[in-house]
Amino acid sequence: MPILKLFWSFFQIGLFSFGGGYAAMPLIQNQVVDANGWLGMTEFMDLVTISQMTPGPIAINSATFVGIRIAGVSGALAATLGCVLPSGVIVIVLARLYLKYRNMTLLQEILNSLRPAVVAMIASSGISILAAALWGEEGTIRLSQTNWRMAVLFGVCVLLLKKRQMNPIWVMVLAGIINMAVLWIGGRIA
Amino acid sequence: MEEKEREKRGVVLRKLFVSALYLSAFTFGGGYVIVTLMKKKFADEYHWIGEEEMLDLVAIAQSAPGAVAVNGAVAVGYKLAGIAGAITAIAATVIPPFVIISLISICYDAFRSSQAVSWMLEGMQAGVGAVIAAVVYEMARGIVHGRNWISIGIMAASFLAACVFGIPVTVIVLVCIAVGIARTFLEKRRKTECPF
Repeated sequence: MPILKLFWSFFQIGLFSFGGGYAAMPLIQNQVVDANGWLGMTEFMDLVTISQMTPGPIAINSATFVGIRIAGVSGALAATLGCVLPSGVIVIVLARLYLKYRNMTLLQEILNSLRPAVVAMIASSGISILAAALWGEEGTIRLSQTNWRMAVLFGVCVLLLKKRQMNPIWVMVLAGIINMAVLWIGGRIA
Repeated sequence: MEEKEREKRGVVLRKLFVSALYLSAFTFGGGYVIVTLMKKKFADEYHWIGEEEMLDLVAIAQSAPGAVAVNGAVAVGYKLAGIAGAITAIAATVIPPFVIISLISICYDAFRSSQAVSWMLEGMQAGVGAVIAAVVYEMARGIVHGRNWISIGIMAASFLAACVFGIPVTVIVLVCIAVGIARTFLEKRRKTECPF
């Protein structure tokens, strides 16, 4: 039953991604690429890219994207429902408790312990994305097989983000355009 | 009187739906941006929620698992109109990305097979890698500068677990929740034993 599987996978993503933003990324990779093989690494990277360019949380975008590819619109609905169900229930319970007791020490302490782990997990997922970009999807990291064009592009983007404080969306668009131009000109010369 | 209440509730739900839909469709840049805009709309413009209370709802949205934008919508919707409000707000927040990504995924294969687009996407992957690297750098620096050795230890251990040993992220999250609970109780005990 792919629909139930989609629901259950995205239920877990919704339940375990603490911290917002990129926090869901490692979980999505874990479920969608590693555990179920619904997307290859390139498709997953495209998904992250598309999520950056469109409004909406990455978890919802992924649920729709994966769901529709695996089981059509009903798959997308099941995955999206799975994704929002845990947070909906938990937020309502927390809001009730909070309005009643106005005390969240335990919650704060749990979050304090989760935050560093979330950073580490995003880093780990980021490394696998970068490795796939620089060395291809198989993930064998060998200096001789480095895609130097991508490595230089990565360096340029980091500089634009850190030194020039450029908007991330523009950095990505620029990287895409530069790559397209270089390959197109390269093709012309050859 | 009851008739009037129901009518007012209908108006609130409709306004909630339209505002949440609008915010979700036009907000780029993640959950924190959308939560700020929600505060502007519901607290400053409509005066449906007090400033203080809104901040508390945002805190709840950020501490619960899941997307911050969805959580913020649930918290605001629930506060305004109970369970019906929460469901209305979720639907309104989810519809725009659902429609946009559905359209993109239908075109994706045709799109991907175009040479120019796949060059563009390949280049953008380097950009995404850089964006993630920058985000991780900022977050990790914050934690290292906090000089809390438990936090730094959790970060290092989680990185090894995820990246080197390939331990599933859900397991790491559960262990950290357990650590958080343990820390709360240890702190409490220390406080009761040592009154200074």
